[in-house]
Amino acid sequence: MAHPLLSFAMRRGGSGLVSLLLVSLLVFVGTALLPGDAAQSILGQNATPETLAALRQQLGLNEPLPVRYWNWLVGLAQGDMGTSFSSGRAVADLLWPRLRASMTLALAAAVIALPLAISLGILSALKRDSFLDRAISFLSMWLVSIPAFLTGYILINIFAIRLGWFPSLSISHGSASFMDWINALVLPVTTLVFVTIAHTMRLTRTAVLSVMASDYILMAEIKGLSPRRVTLTHALPNALSPILSISMLTVAYLMVGVVVIETVFNYAGLGKLMVDAVSYRDLPLVQGCAVVFSLVFVSLNFAADFLSVLVNPRLREPKE
Amino acid sequence: MTGKINLSLILSSGTLALFVVLALFAPLAAPYSPTEVLTNPYATPSVDHWLGADTLGRDLLSRSIYGLRYTLGISLFVTVVACAIGVTLAILAAVRRGWIDVLIGRTVDAIMAIPQIIFALIVLAVAGVSLKTLVGTMIVLETTLFFRILRASAGDIAVMDFIEVARLRGETLRWYIFREILPNLAPTLIAEFGLRFAFASLFISALSFLGVGIQPPDADLGGLVRENALAISAGKVAPLFPAIAIAMIAVSTNGIVDFLIRKYSVRGELQA
Repeated sequence: MAHPLLSFAMRRGGSGLVSLLLVSLLVFVGTALLPGDAAQSILGQNATPETLAALRQQLGLNEPLPVRYWNWLVGLAQGDMGTSFSSGRAVADLLWPRLRASMTLALAAAVIALPLAISLGILSALKRDSFLDRAISFLSMWLVSIPAFLTGYILINIFAIRLGWFPSLSISHGSASFMDWINALVLPVTTLVFVTIAHTMRLTRTAVLSVMASDYILMAEIKGLSPRRVTLTHALPNALSPILSISMLTVAYLMVGVVVIETVFNYAGLGKLMVDAVSYRDLPLVQGCAVVFSLVFVSLNFAADFLSVLVNPRLREPKE
Repeated sequence: MTGKINLSLILSSGTLALFVVLALFAPLAAPYSPTEVLTNPYATPSVDHWLGADTLGRDLLSRSIYGLRYTLGISLFVTVVACAIGVTLAILAAVRRGWIDVLIGRTVDAIMAIPQIIFALIVLAVAGVSLKTLVGTMIVLETTLFFRILRASAGDIAVMDFIEVARLRGETLRWYIFREILPNLAPTLIAEFGLRFAFASLFISALSFLGVGIQPPDADLGGLVRENALAISAGKVAPLFPAIAIAMIAVSTNGIVDFLIRKYSVRGELQA
């Protein structure tokens, strides 16, 4: 019998892999069913039958579908994601700089969103049913209901157009000075923070409340410890692991949240790349973006689950 | 306290009701034709044109009222269909258990592990952007969400004593699904329906905003934001109006759900 942690990691990692395979199958089979194929797309409408046949042979398009899928997966594992239809460049080369840009955005937002949302969540749990708690829950109801583009455009209208403090469009790193680059990040990062904090606040509040409801907290209170001591030395250490995994989930949400925000701010990240690829129906590029997004999302979710199991052994075995 | 909750409930229901009436009677409610060019592009709001004009000089209020039809209509349709499928699958899984439960559960898990917007973008890229694909994709995504929460509740209910009693009494499967499980599932179901409707309206708006939702010349509220997006850098506010309408739909729905959740949790506490 393997170590319980290892077996959990394998079970949970296995289901993550199934989801990734589903993504790859979805994009791959979908692409294969389309009329016309990669050779046709690369050579265009004027290709002669001979060159088409030659390129098909070269790309391995004459192989049966499962074999092509397998070859594609093997290529993927080696970092080969095929060639973009619209630009003719290797998908991997297009992806990496965009992924870096998106991660910059998401991580910058995480640095602000995490402490803010977690402290508000803890506060509203400790002051349960107080005015503050209700104000925070009212605020989070509004935050989840406002589309990202509304937040973004309001911020642009106020801070970029009327006040002129920050630029409304993002500039790529390297083409401008460091300060300009930071300035250009302020509005998209703020929007991203607005879009995600509500969820993190709610999760944190629930996690802290469930710790506060445990018997040992009641015991500490009955012993006559000060509320401050109960919170800081008894509750908080136990709430740390759920909060840690909530942080992971938040980063995962931030990574996905970039899709709409990058379009609002015309930010050259992975989300904008994918949306553009969908509009042009550049399928290899869509495939590549989808795989990278899903990989990041699935791994962060896995990390979140793994962290909570690491700290709470009771979660290791699935309950019946 | 009750007075405060009722105020927010009245505002929420009032807004939604107004929007539904506007959408239903769009041809009567809209002051102008949504497609006719009437004034200057991005004309500022005035007595004649309450919300001003759009990128071509069409009346933005009229276009928004027609846009409401798409946003509300598609969201409602998707939510109703997904709810029906989700409830059926959840009860099936909870009552039958065994391999069918595992199969549905694992499929739902696998789909839910993919970020929703990424899932939608993949399907739309592969199948091409069309209304059918859009609605189909949203139904699949919403069904997984309905299933997840309802399967948990139905599982809790299915092991309760009164179900066991009904089973021992020799009631048919049909009887205890409709007379025992469904009524007990109702509060969860109604709250979830609201949440899913709000999600659907935000989701379709986001996709249209990205240009992969409703295609021009038709426009839902998200599409109207996209159409007029360029005005933002010129300091105009035209795209904000349809965006605010979307937020109002979602806030009102969530406000009603919030009230329902509070109300039912109070009732639950009283019973316990």
